[in-house]
Amino acid sequence: MLATIRQFFSARNVLEVETPLLCRAGVTDPNLNPFTTVLRQPGSSEGEQLYLQTSPEFAMKRLLAAGSGSIYQICKAFRNEESGRHHNPEFTLLEWYRVGFDLAELIDEIDALLAEICRDHLILAASERFSYRELFREHVGVDPLSASFEELSERSRVRDLPEAEALCGRDRSLWLDLLFSHLVQPHLGRGRITFVYDFPAFLPSLARKKPDDPLVVERVEIFLEGLELGNGFHELADAVEQEERFDRDLVIREENGLPLPAKDERLLAALRSGLPDCSGIALGLDRLLMIRMRAESIGDVLAFPTAQA
Amino acid sequence: MATFSTNEFKGGLKVMLDGDPCSIIENEFVKPGKGQAFNRVKLRNLKTGRVIERTFKSGETLEGADVVDTEMQYLYNDGEQWHFMVPESFEQYAADSDVVGDAKKWLKEQDVCIVTLYNNAPISVTPPNFVELTIVETDPGVRGDTSGGGGKPATLDTGAVVRVPLFVQTGEVIKVDTRTGEYVSRVK
Repeated sequence: MLATIRQFFSARNVLEVETPLLCRAGVTDPNLNPFTTVLRQPGSSEGEQLYLQTSPEFAMKRLLAAGSGSIYQICKAFRNEESGRHHNPEFTLLEWYRVGFDLAELIDEIDALLAEICRDHLILAASERFSYRELFREHVGVDPLSASFEELSERSRVRDLPEAEALCGRDRSLWLDLLFSHLVQPHLGRGRITFVYDFPAFLPSLARKKPDDPLVVERVEIFLEGLELGNGFHELADAVEQEERFDRDLVIREENGLPLPAKDERLLAALRSGLPDCSGIALGLDRLLMIRMRAESIGDVLAFPTAQA
Repeated sequence: MATFSTNEFKGGLKVMLDGDPCSIIENEFVKPGKGQAFNRVKLRNLKTGRVIERTFKSGETLEGADVVDTEMQYLYNDGEQWHFMVPESFEQYAADSDVVGDAKKWLKEQDVCIVTLYNNAPISVTPPNFVELTIVETDPGVRGDTSGGGGKPATLDTGAVVRVPLFVQTGEVIKVDTRTGEYVSRVK
């Protein structure tokens, strides 16, 4: 699988890069919990807190801002408090950025790469593309952006999730995470790859707002056999908006009593100096291998899952 | 009683949910790459036997339930209650009809079964997977028919009725699978 990926990008003149796993700045995303460690200079008793990367996104964007052109990387990423049938705290990502690509062009390339990787292993029908709203309306029965909390509660009771109301309260992004992951996701990617695009603007992450529709962002998620394989964006290049999103994340972290990492000033400086217009995507390679080998658990495709590492 | 967090939910763990003791069957970690982590948990309500699914935010906790499975010998039924005894300690427990449930049609005096105690009172009784019982009544079989085919109903000494092959006669002892309620074989 790795050889296929390297051939694919080599043929397309995308440069393979390597960035540090050990980082000075953490992520602000309230739903990610990084591993931390302590750096000591020789002979020093004072330490400085470092993080194991949750993804190579920030470092790769710094390279892009420095003029690297299109790049890809196959690396390890680490996420604490994530462990289960589809999660291992240490996992392998393929992340790539295409300078000058919009999201639709990137989706075409992802599609081509996945077809290449799955060939000879899986028989897949042609991929399908749906907007988040379309899918949500189809499987949940209400509009994710305009439905009232009462309507969301009503849908959750009908669909056998009576606990949802107490769980999500008046937090719309939590409601959408719950209903999408429970009622929509299991149907996606059955026998073909499903691309989900145009995410609600309050689930923006690092995506750009869509110029002609302020309610959604240019973000895509990829599903195969009910599993989420990756997340891509038309990358946000605006340093001011990026900093605002960091600040918003930090407020949520503070409200929830989570650690408050420093904002990645080096990323912000890189964005200020100018990130070329680009789209990027991270794919979980362990999960892809799971599907290719029809494995039941991510542990089945790892030499040593963290519990046995 | 201790409390358990979603990451400690393992198959067999007994917890309290909505005031009822439940046993965890399965616990699946669900997390969108960018989004809140949940645990989708399958539990069996130990009072009703019903299986339910419930989602928790990762990190939520439930109180443990004081539930123990104990091997006991079935002693007798006094018309209202079924009486059991722990063989080692001779401690006795009485269970009502609804607690014994379906198990009553398989229990013969002296048989050993599993009694589930919640706060030290029986809440369910599980018979052995296989029991050997005597046929007290069944129609005489048609001569020559020794194969499967239709079968016929037979009443056992506990009152249970199972389908048996035509060649099996009144007075014989048969082995029955209590999980399916099906005839397994004759016992010589």
